[in-house]
Amino acid sequence: MIRFERVTKYFGEKKVLENVDFAVAPGETFVIVGFSGAGKSVTLKHMIRLLTPDYGKVYVGGEVISQASGRELQKLRERFGVLFQGAALLEWMSVGENVGLPLREKTNMSEHDIRRRVNERLEQVNLSHVYDLSPSELSGGMRKRVGLARALVMNPDIILYDEPTSGLDPVTSRSIDQLIERMRNELKVTNVVVTHDLFSALAIGTRIAMIHNGRILEISTPSEFIRSQNEIVKNFLDSQYITKRGKWEAQINETQEN
Amino acid sequence: MITREPEFYTPALNTRGQFGRFGLIICRNAGLALLVLWEALLDLRFVFSKRSRPMVLGQFYIVGIKSLGVITVVGMFTGMILALQTGLELRKFGQEVNIGAAVMITMLREMGPFMTAMILSASVGSAMAAELGTMVVSEEIAALEVMSIPPVRFLVMPRLAAMMVMTPLLTFYACMLGVFGGAIVGNTQLGVSFNAYFDNAIRWAVNKDLYIGLFKAFIFGIMITIISCHQGFSTTEGAVGVGRATRRSVIISFLSLLIVGYIITRLLYE
Repeated sequence: MIRFERVTKYFGEKKVLENVDFAVAPGETFVIVGFSGAGKSVTLKHMIRLLTPDYGKVYVGGEVISQASGRELQKLRERFGVLFQGAALLEWMSVGENVGLPLREKTNMSEHDIRRRVNERLEQVNLSHVYDLSPSELSGGMRKRVGLARALVMNPDIILYDEPTSGLDPVTSRSIDQLIERMRNELKVTNVVVTHDLFSALAIGTRIAMIHNGRILEISTPSEFIRSQNEIVKNFLDSQYITKRGKWEAQINETQEN
Repeated sequence: MITREPEFYTPALNTRGQFGRFGLIICRNAGLALLVLWEALLDLRFVFSKRSRPMVLGQFYIVGIKSLGVITVVGMFTGMILALQTGLELRKFGQEVNIGAAVMITMLREMGPFMTAMILSASVGSAMAAELGTMVVSEEIAALEVMSIPPVRFLVMPRLAAMMVMTPLLTFYACMLGVFGGAIVGNTQLGVSFNAYFDNAIRWAVNKDLYIGLFKAFIFGIMITIISCHQGFSTTEGAVGVGRATRRSVIISFLSLLIVGYIITRLLYE
């Protein structure tokens, strides 16, 4: 679905990504974790060509998005829905207008159909009552869910989440995790999640990639990830108090069985 | 693509290098602003489309109606000051009746377009830069691009259309108020009757003055929009960057208005 082929990126003289190689399979939830400044968001931005690699290629469904331009790039981007870190809602529009924006701008759907689709998406994220509210009237968690509804409204194949749980309380964070999980199960979309919240990563990821200093250190399933022998991975796990590996293993197995 | 890669420059080795780099950055920014202008001009074909209509009408309201109060005060007092200053000097020669022509010509040729453009630059232009800058910082512009909604068509074109139409209209309004303000000062403080004032004003002012004034206003409207939008789009570094973009948009607009205003006058009044 998405493939990075020896992607290297410089910001000035600083190498922010180095020979990054990985592939995301259709229908999986691929989670990229790492410390702040490790290159997680940079990696995500390459997937939608908000950044272009200095070396290497990024493929989306067999096409090279890192070299696409004009109509071709537009068509490739239409396959994505993106939930930005702060949700990136347009503040002067109501929630309904925000969610319906891609439909109004990119399709010839009637107002009635747009409203129906928007309501469907808002219901999917458990926010059916906020259509006429302004984004400034929403809490952080609600903004993220509205952002997710907007990301879903064009029925994308792939959804990218940039720090979906950052700045949220643990309860709201878990409800966002459940939503991400539901999107994969119900809509069969491919999820790529960038986060430094390991609780989230272990709960929703089918595979977890640890990125450090612009390099991929490890790509593994959650149960392999928590048993990793890599010192940096172990340090990362310990920094979030994930020391009781047995408890997590049980939870991961339970999630996967469900 | 409006969302751009972060820019990094290696430190220049000496003063000549720093000047060279400064020149290159100015040229690069001018080129990027012209690209935004070109794209926005091409996008004007969508100005009457159903999708763009709410944004375009919204901008007409912001530029036109919301600026009306300030333009009224500034236009009127500019004419009053002009009338008083010239009238006091002309009275020494018994020529105070000529303030009509002096006010009318000055307002139409220079003060009308220039004062209107200054006000629009400080109020509307700075708001454009701040608004777009905030949108860049909060990733709203990136979100639009990812949704394949061109930010220039969605955000710049409506602003450009509104400024292209409203700047000349507001300029005309400011000129008329200035002339009217001059008439009040002439009548109440210099003893020039309304009839004498307006006869004199109409006798000496020509249509060319009006047309060139409106043409200047039209060009100023385009300049303010493009400079402000470009500065907004170039915002980096969060809230500090938004403040910097806003300040730059006003300074660059003011300087450009002065320079381009002079060039137009020089070319058209040879």
